[in-house]
Amino acid sequence: MNPFKKWPISPEQASEWSIRHDALFWTISALTVVFTILVGVLILGFAIRYRRGSTADRRGAFDHHNGLEALWSIIPLILAIGIFVWSTLLFIEARKMPKDAMEVFVVGKQWMWHLQHMNGIRENNELHVPVNTPIKLTMISQDVIHAMYLPDFRAQFHVVPGRYTELHFTPIKTGRFKMLCAMHCGTSHSEMVGFVYVLSKRDFASWLDNGGNRYKPKPITLAERGKQVWESKGCGGCHGAKDTVRGPSLVGIYNSQRAMADGTTVKADADYLRWSIVQPYRLITKGYEPTMPVYQGQMSEEDVLGLIEYIKGSSNQSTPGVKAPVAPTVRVPADWPPSAPRNATQTANEELSSGATQAQQVPTKE
Amino acid sequence: MSATTVIEQSPPTERPEKNYLNADHTLRSWIWTVDHKRIAVLYLISVTFMFFLGSIAAAVVRFELTSPWGQMLTSETYNKMFTAHGVIMVFFFIIPAIPAVLGNFLLPIMLGARDLAFPRINLLSWYLYVAGAALVLASLALGGIDAGWTFYTPLSSLYSNTQITLALVGIFLAGFSSILTGVNFIATTHKMRAPGLTWFKMPLFVWAHYATAIIMILGTPVVAMTLVLVIFERAFKFGIFSPELGGDPVLFQHLFWFYSHPAVYIMILPGMGVISELISCFSRRRVFGYEFVAFSSIAIAVIGFVVWGHHMFLSSQSVLQGILFSLLTFLVAIPSAIKIFNWTMTMYKGSVWFSTPMIYALGFMGLFVIGGLTGLHLGSLATDVHLTGTYFIVAHFHFVMVGGAIMAFLGGLHFWWPKMFGKMYSEFWGRLSAMVIFLGFNFTFFPQFMVGYLGMPRRYHFYYFAPEWQIYHILSSAGATILGIGFLMPAFYLTASLIKGPKASSNPWGAKGLEWEQTTSPPPTENFHHKPIVMDDPYDYDAIADNDDFRAHWGKEPVKYGGDN
Repeated sequence: MNPFKKWPISPEQASEWSIRHDALFWTISALTVVFTILVGVLILGFAIRYRRGSTADRRGAFDHHNGLEALWSIIPLILAIGIFVWSTLLFIEARKMPKDAMEVFVVGKQWMWHLQHMNGIRENNELHVPVNTPIKLTMISQDVIHAMYLPDFRAQFHVVPGRYTELHFTPIKTGRFKMLCAMHCGTSHSEMVGFVYVLSKRDFASWLDNGGNRYKPKPITLAERGKQVWESKGCGGCHGAKDTVRGPSLVGIYNSQRAMADGTTVKADADYLRWSIVQPYRLITKGYEPTMPVYQGQMSEEDVLGLIEYIKGSSNQSTPGVKAPVAPTVRVPADWPPSAPRNATQTANEELSSGATQAQQVPTKE
Repeated sequence: MSATTVIEQSPPTERPEKNYLNADHTLRSWIWTVDHKRIAVLYLISVTFMFFLGSIAAAVVRFELTSPWGQMLTSETYNKMFTAHGVIMVFFFIIPAIPAVLGNFLLPIMLGARDLAFPRINLLSWYLYVAGAALVLASLALGGIDAGWTFYTPLSSLYSNTQITLALVGIFLAGFSSILTGVNFIATTHKMRAPGLTWFKMPLFVWAHYATAIIMILGTPVVAMTLVLVIFERAFKFGIFSPELGGDPVLFQHLFWFYSHPAVYIMILPGMGVISELISCFSRRRVFGYEFVAFSSIAIAVIGFVVWGHHMFLSSQSVLQGILFSLLTFLVAIPSAIKIFNWTMTMYKGSVWFSTPMIYALGFMGLFVIGGLTGLHLGSLATDVHLTGTYFIVAHFHFVMVGGAIMAFLGGLHFWWPKMFGKMYSEFWGRLSAMVIFLGFNFTFFPQFMVGYLGMPRRYHFYYFAPEWQIYHILSSAGATILGIGFLMPAFYLTASLIKGPKASSNPWGAKGLEWEQTTSPPPTENFHHKPIVMDDPYDYDAIADNDDFRAHWGKEPVKYGGDN
């Protein structure tokens, strides 16, 4: 339980650099407090001790003291130079782009962030990245100046029209972190807000597998869906590659002529297949007992459609089956196992001009 | 010379009834006046009016922010509100407040001069200010401006559909008003000092205004031309700042901050001059390290011109530029530290009188220390990455501008009020207002440091994605209510003092300086009845004598200063 939930005093430290930033921040803050107290105590002390009417000894007052002047010039100067050196070294590190970083392109426009991964996955106001991986943002604005601000990573840089700017950060914890615009950019400046989702490497891989789509399951073909139903319902137990006593094989059945138990012949079209699934006893194939369960109300029409497609597909193959989907890939560091070569390259402009594919997630009032 | 002799000394023996206020009562005599004192009063009325307008905008902004979803405005209107607050407060209140009111009134008197060097130009500067203010208010009335007071391009030049051109013309005129004031101050300080008034006998108030005037003359033309370029790009599509027209958006920031960073010192340096006078007078001590305080003003003015890039660490300027600007920024902190320590030491072995102006001055010192030290967070490169563009920076510059410059302005106004209007205000209400403002100010702006460090960007209307920030905004808005009450109090009791306040003597504080010792309250139109000659060092106070005198009168009768209190 975080006692500061209601009164937070520090943003999350979501990158290693943010921890070192905070060390500097709190050092300067401590100096601020020390000097404020020092001056405050001196002011109040002198003001009270030497208030008009007090009996304090006022003899020997002096109004020049070069030693004191030197003291309070040199001590602040030394402290200031110390802070300057510390801070500058840290800043140089923040501005030096790592060579092995995962690259993401950012376009700022009034009033949203477009983000484009190297493999073509596009996001709006959201950025999914793997944990413990250096991320480098290459940024440009389409209109006015924006500022990409990631407070939990202590990372910020302006996004300027007409030139590329860069920003890098290395997330060290998974979670959802704010992604803000920190440069006034017009009417809806305060809604140019999104989130960085830092995923574990495994979650990130599956996110990539799903084409970068977190909200819907991976789109699958009807035949794939049919295969899933086929397997989950155990259709293959009776309808195998060869006819068995329990049921006929369905390989190549689509559009073939079938002899029925009542002596008629029917064409095994989609309509026949559907009836044979939902109401198998309507037409029994010659030579078989009516033992198949009734699936009326047990399967959605989509499932039935899928099954039919799956059975159709089996017509050209020895056994029902579909091709394996092609996984998208992304350029990631060496320790990151890429599964297959990049399948498509589209330029950022094409991608971005084609518009958003995902609904923008707007946090709702709680 | 001791304070006792001050009491015995009756400055001008024959005191004529005529002074600059009652010399002529016609409206014409006010609006065509070339008397620096009357122009100062005109400025006082104008900047107070603008201050209240800017405060209303601030109140609306603070009210909106009490909820993460806003309270009543659209984002468009909210943006216009904070822009109005910034433009009015920066260009029409805080820049002219101390120089054009207190500086205008006091600089010639402190120098023993009859008027500023160019009285008509002084009047022209007020008219330019009024014209500029009228244009800016017209731009607000015609729909407002939404680009923020910094007017960053290309938002201000190509993308904003609001009344920016009109507002920029207004600010341009106000800039010339500022330049003319600066010219006047420099010429007057060089050429019109009374016999015997050498540079190192000048009050530190004059030194501070001299340094301010240098900045006004060197910096303001740059921002004026920059704003003209923005107008050209807006109106005629000149490609200067917009990349789509072939310009460079970051160039604007360089030109803008080349003025607007030194402008920060235009705001604070005159305040420092005021504080030197107040601390010295109410401690009954010569300002400690006079030369250091004087030269630190000049050092701030000079170094202040080469630190503008610290506003642009993340703007895409090179890392090397960032490092140099950061180093120079740290250096400019030193003269400010020197001032603070010297003021503190001025009270050592003094005879400290907790009058209204002194309470304002002590409040200034506390708040300015915090404002100045938090500048280290922002001047240091690494921490600036996280803090720039957030409420931390808003809190920082309000500590310097409000906690510093406005506290100094109010302290100075209370100090010289008897001199300006010949009336005493209620000391009770005065002290109370100083304390209420100090309390309300901290209450308002300290939470903003917190919410800024948590990552809340400035100029955000909504923050529904981070409801944990709300507690700090509620605290800040509650504090702003107290602060608002604190600012309203002087408006009432100072106005009341004009009507029924007791008559002020020529030197109600027992202060040193030509304006107190050599002329009446209020001064005559020609400032002095005789040409003053300066013999003494400035701040020739005697704390021991003052304290003994006070103790001798303790419980019997209030200590009175001057001839006819």
